[in-house]
Amino acid sequence: MASTDLATGTLERHGLSDEQLRAIFRNMLLQRQLDNRGFQLNRQGKVPFALGSEGHEALQAGAAMAFNRGRDILAPYYRDLGLCLGIGLSPYEIMLSIFARAPDHNGGRQFPNHYSSKAAGLMSFSSILAAHLPHAVGAAYAIKYRGEIGRAVLATCGDGTTSEGEWHESMNFAAVHRLPFVMLVENNEWAISTPLDKQMAEPEIWKRAEGYGIPGRRFNGFDPIATYAAVKEAMDRARDGGGPTLIEGTCYRYLAHSTDDNDMTYRTREAVLERRKQDPVPAFEEVLVEHGIMNAQDVAEMRKSVLRETNEATDAAEAQPYPKPADLYAQVYEGAWQPWQS
Amino acid sequence: MPQLGETVTEGTVAQWLKTVGDNVDKYEDFVEVSTDKVNAGVPSPVTGTIRELLVKEGETVATGTPIAVIEEVGSAPAGGATPAAPPETVKPPSPNGAKTAVQESGQAENALRGASPAVRRLAREHQIDIRAIRGTGANGRVTADDILAAARTLVVTQSVAPPTVAAASAMAAPPSGATSTYAQPLPGTFVPLTQARRIIAERMVESRHTAPHAWSMVEVDVTDVWQWRLREKDRFERETGYKLTLLPFFIRAVVQSLAAFPLMNARFSPSTGSAQAGILVNDEVNIGVAIGLPTNLVVPVIKHADKLSIKGIAVAAGELIEKARKAKLAVDDLAGGTFTVNNNGANGSWASAPIINAGQAGIVTMEAVVKQLVVGDDDTLAIRRIMNSCLSLDHRVVDGYVASGFLADLKRRLEAMGPQGEL
Amino acid sequence: MAVVSANSTVMNNVEAVRATLYEAMKSDERTVILGEDVGARGNVFLITKDFIGEFGPERVIDTPIAEASIVGIAVGMAMEGLRPIAEIQFADFIYPSFNQIVGEAAKIRYRSNGEYTCPLVIRTPYGGGVRGALSHSVSVEALFYHVPGLKIVAPSFPADVKGLLNASIDDPDPVLFLEHKKTYRLIKGEVPNGHYTIPLGKANVLKEGTQLSVISYGLYVHWALDAARQLQEDGLSVEVIDLRSIRPMDKTTILGSVEKTRKLLIIHEDNKFGGIGAEISAMVAEEALFHLDAPIRRLCGPDVPAMGYALPLEEEFMSSPAEMAETMREMVKF
Repeated sequence: MASTDLATGTLERHGLSDEQLRAIFRNMLLQRQLDNRGFQLNRQGKVPFALGSEGHEALQAGAAMAFNRGRDILAPYYRDLGLCLGIGLSPYEIMLSIFARAPDHNGGRQFPNHYSSKAAGLMSFSSILAAHLPHAVGAAYAIKYRGEIGRAVLATCGDGTTSEGEWHESMNFAAVHRLPFVMLVENNEWAISTPLDKQMAEPEIWKRAEGYGIPGRRFNGFDPIATYAAVKEAMDRARDGGGPTLIEGTCYRYLAHSTDDNDMTYRTREAVLERRKQDPVPAFEEVLVEHGIMNAQDVAEMRKSVLRETNEATDAAEAQPYPKPADLYAQVYEGAWQPWQS
Repeated sequence: MPQLGETVTEGTVAQWLKTVGDNVDKYEDFVEVSTDKVNAGVPSPVTGTIRELLVKEGETVATGTPIAVIEEVGSAPAGGATPAAPPETVKPPSPNGAKTAVQESGQAENALRGASPAVRRLAREHQIDIRAIRGTGANGRVTADDILAAARTLVVTQSVAPPTVAAASAMAAPPSGATSTYAQPLPGTFVPLTQARRIIAERMVESRHTAPHAWSMVEVDVTDVWQWRLREKDRFERETGYKLTLLPFFIRAVVQSLAAFPLMNARFSPSTGSAQAGILVNDEVNIGVAIGLPTNLVVPVIKHADKLSIKGIAVAAGELIEKARKAKLAVDDLAGGTFTVNNNGANGSWASAPIINAGQAGIVTMEAVVKQLVVGDDDTLAIRRIMNSCLSLDHRVVDGYVASGFLADLKRRLEAMGPQGEL
Repeated sequence: MAVVSANSTVMNNVEAVRATLYEAMKSDERTVILGEDVGARGNVFLITKDFIGEFGPERVIDTPIAEASIVGIAVGMAMEGLRPIAEIQFADFIYPSFNQIVGEAAKIRYRSNGEYTCPLVIRTPYGGGVRGALSHSVSVEALFYHVPGLKIVAPSFPADVKGLLNASIDDPDPVLFLEHKKTYRLIKGEVPNGHYTIPLGKANVLKEGTQLSVISYGLYVHWALDAARQLQEDGLSVEVIDLRSIRPMDKTTILGSVEKTRKLLIIHEDNKFGGIGAEISAMVAEEALFHLDAPIRRLCGPDVPAMGYALPLEEEFMSSPAEMAETMREMVKF
């Protein structure tokens, strides 16, 4: 829930302006709308696969607000639609990825949701969990090596990834070298069908920070302002040469892992519905309205605008051509390539 | 017969040291054997009694051939031990030792089956029968180098005039009593016949000696048809990938003339036990095109040439010529010809007297196209392209009347073609 | 290192690696070296001895013992503009980093359609003959040469080590640079002074011949050359080709040689089944079948997991010049 001071009834904004708060909310709406659009297209038979991020809207919008565009580097994972949107990726680019069209950053080669944008500082990643974390650490090393104060790498992952060996290796190296690196764990309590208690004996992931000799913190990932505060603190520390931080945002994965997953095989509808009561999107709307930052009409217009933007992006992306068969052979190496080179 | 040396393949029994009935101890020499490398006594493998001597003194046998039967002490009489192992009976090699002719059919088939891809390809390219080659590789394998060596001698003899010993002695009667230093056969290189050469030789003899060949020639003004060809050739080459020569135009005229003179598209059918002699006029018009390759002459056939347009003929000819050059002609490509065209003019020839393809009634040539100064009917002068066309004909089937008529018709048609039209 | 001429220096393979790395570090500030024991210890073969003193610990990084992240971090450095040279201490330790090499480094350019690239060199000593047993003797090239997006190099001579390492460092794509540890001190040669590169994808015809083509790489190139020279004394003419570059591979030189000699023998230390020789054989059979006058043969390591520590086990695994000569002789005479 929102960081409302229960005693005074004032909103703890952590320095965020009204405009920024509205922007956070819009990001959350847009994330949910685009997310949803992926599933709609899948049910229409237009795209074979969709992967949702419902439950992460506050966490990702808040984190994005703490990210310095044009300076910081993002090393996300495949459930970070809202975060990538928040740091500058457009709905059009997101839809290009869903439709796998030629102008997509990856040329239609990757699964949807595997965004990449050099211009936005968004590092290319694969579906292999934790494989991107050493890359993020290497990028952080490069920044520090070049003496680039004021830049940091924000790496994200889910709770599931923290079981991987490379999660540990990355944390360890970043800590040893005091790199400008923030590890943001989006703990939505599920690694496909594996609940938290089958993944780890200590369910509070942030506590591992002590083992690495770095600061750690946990925050409410359903609260975008609390998220912003936590991420900003960690990123500022990293940018100022203070080394890495492990921060854990708690939220919940409302949908199944993807369209190829049936979550009713491993959890109950009732359990999910119970957690829906904490859905961050209506919750933050309530906060904004309650504190006079937006009224009902503003919200309605914002929803319409988000829908319009989504529709335009969908249509524009769908109209793009697919990559050509000959495109399969490009970019294996620099320059034109044949299997055998003379 | 033991193998007395790595590369030894045979041995001669020089002297028997024992005779039948003698006892012999193990390791005691019982025979002396000589090879081209060594003379040696051969020790007995067992203690026993000599029962049989299978090879005479002075006789040479291949290694592995049984030479004696020794009954071992304590063994049953029937189980004699022989020096070397395999019971195969290999015939001793021929006296001169060299195998230049075809080997035993079993070994020859093995040679074919075991031939490597390089050997097969080279043999095909040089028209060499693998079975006719002696192999210098491991276990007598025919190697690629063996094929190439054979091919080199072929090429050498192609450019050397064939031995003319018989002709020389036939032409001039030597002065009586004098002996000529050329009484011996002339020195030269003996080249075994390739399969192709043998077949060509046989067919040419058959044709010449069966069909009484007569010959005729016409001059053809091909100026207009030449223009037509020039006009079409670039587009044709672009569209089909083949070159457009005068040949398809010529063949088109030929098949039309054959339609008018069907006896030219026939063959003489001699009497057999069940049938009378007669002339078989072919229903199909299948034109053979003679193609000279470095070591061979092939005549692939354009089937149903009468049903093809000039373009169709040109493409069919192009395909066959390409196949011939790559040695990829199939048996069917070469069969079924009813009349043959020979473009001798490509070699610069002005006139030629070809031998009829056995089983046909005629063969017509295209000679070189030459620019000539021609006097018109109105006594005007003009420079025109003139090409001779020669015809050899089987005088059993047609005589001068038909043949000349055919040639005249052919000339008329060719002179009426071009300078443009539908290919 | 004795100077032979004004233009070149005699050195062995390990000295060639060291000299090349040194020049690379001096000439390009983006170059960093990372791996286990590369800093204070100067690498277990002393390749980077004293580098940390001259270039500093930020450029010569002693990593924790974590092979996956040695490569993974190097990938990230490369994506973000540095020119990292990662070392895996022994090729036998490379397996934990398999995903980072094959699943990540090889695919960075491809999956981002060229937006991100990975100019990375991974250096590692491989090969046996040093009583290294199961974890200090393996050859790993066959596991990686299969992967589009990777380049694999395995020089045998010091001059090639320098030229190919320079080319690998300059290469915009990930290169696995394999150094045969037995050749480190065993093989000496003249190395031209100054900076030069040898392009990847070019084999070297060490000895021309007409009756048999022998292709090899690594330590065995030297044995094969010895064997071929023995045969030369008996008048048998064997052509010896040093592959040098495994991926890309010099198809033109291979086919040209086979078309000339018509017989092909591939010699490598790595296991036979699925080794480099298998791909060369398939390629030659596919493209030069009608030039072959004998079956293609491969003289390779036996298909067992590794050479043993006991000397008879190591010797049984490895081929000798005499064995190579015998096979060559058989093939020439076929």
